[in-house]
Amino acid sequence: MITEALVLSAMIFVLGTFGVLVRRNAIIMFLCIELQLNAVNLAFIAFSRLMGIDGQVFVFFVMTVAAAEAAVGLAIIISVFRHYETVNVDNFKLLRW
Amino acid sequence: MIIDFSRQLHYVWALLPEIILCVSGMVILVVGVTGKYREAHLAVEGELEPGRSDDLGWLALLSLLAAAVANAWLYGVTEVGVNSMIAVDRFRLFSNWIFLLAAVLGILISFAYVYRQRLQAGEFYALILFATAGMMFMAGARDLIVVFLGLEVMSIAVYALTAFNRRDRKSAEAGLKYFLLGAFSTGFLLYGIALVYGATGSTNVAVIGEIISSGEGSRSLLSAAIALLTIGFAFKVSAIPFHMWTPDVYEGAPAPVTAWMSAAVKAAGFVAFLRVFMVGFGDHSIYALWYPILWWLAAITMVGANLIALVQTNIKRMLAYSSIAHAGYLLVAIAAANETAAAGMLFYLLVYTLMNIGAFAIVMSVSHHSEERLYIDDYVGLGWSQPLLGVLLTVFLLSLAGFPGTGGFMGKIYLLLGAAESDLWTLSVILVLTTVVSYWYYLRIAWVMWMKNPEVTGQYDRITVPLPMRFALLVSVGLILYIGILPSGALEFARASIEGLGTFGGGLLGQAP
Repeated sequence: MITEALVLSAMIFVLGTFGVLVRRNAIIMFLCIELQLNAVNLAFIAFSRLMGIDGQVFVFFVMTVAAAEAAVGLAIIISVFRHYETVNVDNFKLLRW
Repeated sequence: MIIDFSRQLHYVWALLPEIILCVSGMVILVVGVTGKYREAHLAVEGELEPGRSDDLGWLALLSLLAAAVANAWLYGVTEVGVNSMIAVDRFRLFSNWIFLLAAVLGILISFAYVYRQRLQAGEFYALILFATAGMMFMAGARDLIVVFLGLEVMSIAVYALTAFNRRDRKSAEAGLKYFLLGAFSTGFLLYGIALVYGATGSTNVAVIGEIISSGEGSRSLLSAAIALLTIGFAFKVSAIPFHMWTPDVYEGAPAPVTAWMSAAVKAAGFVAFLRVFMVGFGDHSIYALWYPILWWLAAITMVGANLIALVQTNIKRMLAYSSIAHAGYLLVAIAAANETAAAGMLFYLLVYTLMNIGAFAIVMSVSHHSEERLYIDDYVGLGWSQPLLGVLLTVFLLSLAGFPGTGGFMGKIYLLLGAAESDLWTLSVILVLTTVVSYWYYLRIAWVMWMKNPEVTGQYDRITVPLPMRFALLVSVGLILYIGILPSGALEFARASIEGLGTFGGGLLGQAP
């Protein structure tokens, strides 16, 4: 049971990583990052069946932080959109990555 | 006073500096949005009279002072019960001094910039205080949960500060890049923490260290965890190949934010890196796993950053690559993983904070407290028309390069001593050689400043150095020269701060991977 959950979590994490690297829309990239964080949550919960309650506590912190990050991140994306009228990261050429 | 972690109230005393900063940050935030302080928006561009927004800056400085007093008070405290989530040891307190110093200098140099760029002063200073509190959590974290929370408290505030200038395209773009890559790296760090938890059943760094040294814990899970944690931390301290965001963010972010974050965020990343890897993964059996990774990371970072810095024309970008190079020097200390190297790292972080913020302060002055005149060619003849600024910038650049007599030189010597103690000879040679390379791009600015004749005259007439910035410059140049000439005091302080940190594994392997 735990092994399956861990494999699933690893797959979701890789999917998220791949998404960030391949997609070019800032909002989709951000969604992929959220996917990574939730993969981590799954791993924590799976381990927590073996190791006790700590992992589940950690999940709450991860969710809280993800929400705070979303608030700031979306605000930044909006402020970028106001300047560029796009959220495609390939169009941001003022700075050279 | 004895802090007993079985009593809830005692956590308040243990966290007093952080609590002071968070509370005063919120107060400044609220005061900043009330009507009286909105006048700063109406300020006429070009004038440089102290606006009312300065009051908020002084308030922030006052709260940093209060936090410093609380930090000094914590020296007299003994803790009972080792497995608390927050450490009250000298390592944390020394790191807190670095963060407080960086925040004080950062705020002192930002007054004129905030006024000229018509930034919302309340939010600006409050975010600096919140980020500083997050750094302090990272330095005191004895539990990976606290490392993560501190890192995020710091990072989210710094993302907002990077994108702070809403009228500036570059600032928004830099903020987006920093946010996406920062959040991406947090994912790796978190997955690493999850795997460590899965391997050892604990998130407490000290307990993890004990479990690993007793030989338990799945090694395959641990090696994957260490790789992921290294990626996460390497992003935060901007080591090559995880440095892509650094030049863009440092160029695009408002100049005082760049000055402050290039020193403080890096220091926080390194301090947490050091504690997690030395206390948690300090055992010899596991040191063999991560030591080659750190070795290569340090080597690539030092070589790559110094070579790319050679061809930069924008001074903010050049200083960004220089800060990546300094991250490489500091990674040598983590790869060495012994007490001398750890003390050398703290010492170097202190010196680096002073010299980097000092150099950026002068860059800000020359760019008229805005985002213009940022190219190295804009410094032609600066030395002769503004002799004091020229001399100060030369001192900071020489210190960054590691010239004898400055703090940067002593810092590099102690990093080398730490590396020698672990027999990292190849890495030491790379450090010395790349330092020689770095002389070229630091001294190029000095050469442009003093040796080249300006084609137009009067281009430096509009340079102003406001009083708070003068004070910051005085403090940094004084401390750099003092530490450079009489380093023993600061070094003893750093050495004493390392004691009681925990187990140290380094020094056995020696050979290059």
